[in-house]
Amino acid sequence: MREISFNKFYKSFNILSIVLIVTSLILLAFKGLNYGVDFKGGTLIELRTDLNSANIKKIRDSFNQLNLGDVSVKNFGNDTDFIIKFEKQNSNDPKFIDNIKTKLSGSIGTVDFRRVENVGPKVSAELLQSGIIAIALSLAAMLLYIWIRFEWQFSLGAIVALFHDVIITLGVFSLFSLEINLSIVAAVLTIVGYSMNDTVVIFDRVRENLRKFSDIKIFELTNISINQTLSRTIITSATTLLALLSIFIFGGEILKGFSLAMILGVIFGTYSSIYIANPILVVLKVSQRTIVKEDKD
Amino acid sequence: MLYFSKLRIFSVIIFTLILSYFSISNFFKIDDNFFSKNIKLGLDLQGGSYLLLEIDNKPVITQKLQNKVMELKNFFKDKNIITRNYAVDDNSIIFDTTPDKSDELNNILDDDESEINPYYQQYKSHEFDFVKNQDSFKLTLSKYGLVLLKNASLDQAIEIVRRRVDEVGTNEPNILKRGNDRILVELPGLDDPGRIKSLLGKTANLTFQFITQNTEESFGTEKLEFEDGSENAIVSKRIILSGDNLVDAKPSMNSQTNETVVSFTLDRVGAKKFGRATSTGVGKRLAIILDGKIISAPSVREPIIGGSGQISGDFTFQSATDLALLLRSGALPAPLNIIEERTVGPDLGQDSIDAGIMSLIIGFILVVLFMIYKYRVFGVIANLALISNLFLLVGVLTIFEATLTLPGIAGIILTVGMAVDANVLIFERIKEEIKSERNPIIAFDSGYTKSRTTILDANITTLIAAVILFFMGSGPIKGFSITLGVGILTTLFSVYFIARLFTAFYVIKNKEKESLI
Repeated sequence: MREISFNKFYKSFNILSIVLIVTSLILLAFKGLNYGVDFKGGTLIELRTDLNSANIKKIRDSFNQLNLGDVSVKNFGNDTDFIIKFEKQNSNDPKFIDNIKTKLSGSIGTVDFRRVENVGPKVSAELLQSGIIAIALSLAAMLLYIWIRFEWQFSLGAIVALFHDVIITLGVFSLFSLEINLSIVAAVLTIVGYSMNDTVVIFDRVRENLRKFSDIKIFELTNISINQTLSRTIITSATTLLALLSIFIFGGEILKGFSLAMILGVIFGTYSSIYIANPILVVLKVSQRTIVKEDKD
Repeated sequence: MLYFSKLRIFSVIIFTLILSYFSISNFFKIDDNFFSKNIKLGLDLQGGSYLLLEIDNKPVITQKLQNKVMELKNFFKDKNIITRNYAVDDNSIIFDTTPDKSDELNNILDDDESEINPYYQQYKSHEFDFVKNQDSFKLTLSKYGLVLLKNASLDQAIEIVRRRVDEVGTNEPNILKRGNDRILVELPGLDDPGRIKSLLGKTANLTFQFITQNTEESFGTEKLEFEDGSENAIVSKRIILSGDNLVDAKPSMNSQTNETVVSFTLDRVGAKKFGRATSTGVGKRLAIILDGKIISAPSVREPIIGGSGQISGDFTFQSATDLALLLRSGALPAPLNIIEERTVGPDLGQDSIDAGIMSLIIGFILVVLFMIYKYRVFGVIANLALISNLFLLVGVLTIFEATLTLPGIAGIILTVGMAVDANVLIFERIKEEIKSERNPIIAFDSGYTKSRTTILDANITTLIAAVILFFMGSGPIKGFSITLGVGILTTLFSVYFIARLFTAFYVIKNKEKESLI
């Protein structure tokens, strides 16, 4: 197979990545993330209306009359389904949801509450905390694993690639104000696993080649290794993306955010294994001596 | 790597068949107990309600402190030590003694064997920590004492919650402790938890107290509101009878007034107390108080000595039924707050199942076609491994009776996408080996050997993420981590035993053929 000179573009793609990361960080710092009820607390109602005449405006007006604070109404999947979110949550009033239901039926006809989620402030704070801990913990575990398995230069490369993927994925979520809920945390963790997986495959090959060839510079060597593993990288990304696209398109509204985060993660993960993890090996001047020293130990 | 002993082939086949059997058994009804395991559907798929309740232990702690004050007073009185100026705040008791006795009192409180420290013998730890400041003492519930107290009240609350939920008769409720002050209630199939919520939201503390003639609140009386908010009444603090003395309660019809009432039966002690109080209190109004609000306050016309009575108060049949249920199940030790609620209607659950299965089938077909396109015969082998992988995965989930959630289905689909990775790594490696090695059997062998570390590395990283998710995640997310994690293990099995077995058969049979892969 023809060899592609990935290494020619290390610099330009690194600049692109830096721009993307900085933009993402700025977005995260100033625009922030759109937390769902899981993390912000509040009430979410998914409802299905009987009539096609019920539109967003009508539903928003009906909810606004109920004094629930800031209400957001969105179409969900099809024309008759809506997601309504508001910050007020009062689960101690057992009639809270019933009252809303009764009042709504008066103004927009029969409504079917398909899903109700009501999360108190204490629980949402705990869920957010445990989500952050889970992500931090998995990053730490990956760091530890790769530190045991590889030399520190490789670990650094892999970890930078990981942060790259997670930050940019969250940046995209911030840019488009996509909702962050519990399943996004799961998606981010899976991205962490996938990105690591992809990087490790190339790194294994780099290390193997380092043992084999003493006269090839790391700049060339990374390129050879990327090319050798390229068809695997493409095939695995392709099958994973096929599965994820299938969830995104056919898996229903609830899994949309989750599968979107995963799709972004897989794309960035594949890209970063080539254009983030490898250039770092070049910058750190990894050579045969790096691993020979390790082998002797 | 291509050699398989007969025994190994046999065990792989048996293992795969057993797990496949379990996975297929989900779709049939089997009477045998051992084999009738099923994957449980999570609430997001079968519909139902998830309620997280938090117990508000303040009243329990206050009660405990007040009891302790009584105990201390009596104890020191017997010991001829003067104690005074008792005060109780959120979590401590403060009192003074006379200067000459303060050291003696200090020693008694400090003594592990002292009767005032009954906890020590049992738990080797004090229930209260104390600080002495000259003649003043401050007793604070110790960390251990607090935990014991909370656990006791949680145990009691969980029992009452269970009784109330059982009485409503929902389908296989799941009631679990969470930490030391929370209760998780899962109610499969319940799409409107309103009634359960209102039942669980009531402490159901029932008391009978006389209404006094006074118009102002004074010592020994309290001002209480009627439940409908219409008026107030000054009630004597003396409790004639409490819900503890009730043995039964049920809704019924009062034949004279034709209204719905709750009739109750008292135990022997209760009947005696009630008889005595009503004989002395003829003509007075007896307030029936539930959770600090007066339900009704009928006048006592004659002594009630039979040990049974009726509570009237503007009930509908439903509210009378609920009150009777609450009285039968007993009072909660402390109020419960619902801090999280998630309810999914059954039709949304079914929609989610349909969508999940749809995307699984489509994702699966896409991956299968892609693999055949890329690898031909070996694509078919990888697909056979993929299919058996699915059977193994579902089989393992079935044996452990795991709960399948919507994110769990997503985890299965993701496994389908990622499972081929290991075979791809192997096949690509073999392709490279075949360039330099003429003997296909050796090339295949070294392809397998050389890709092994990479495959392990790659899968362990994902497994780490799944394990962390399992321990940190809640509810549906746990379901995802289970399918993802188990999926990795079954993937490795299917690749190294099933796909390799097929590969070995094929390669050994076709070793003369040019360009095998």
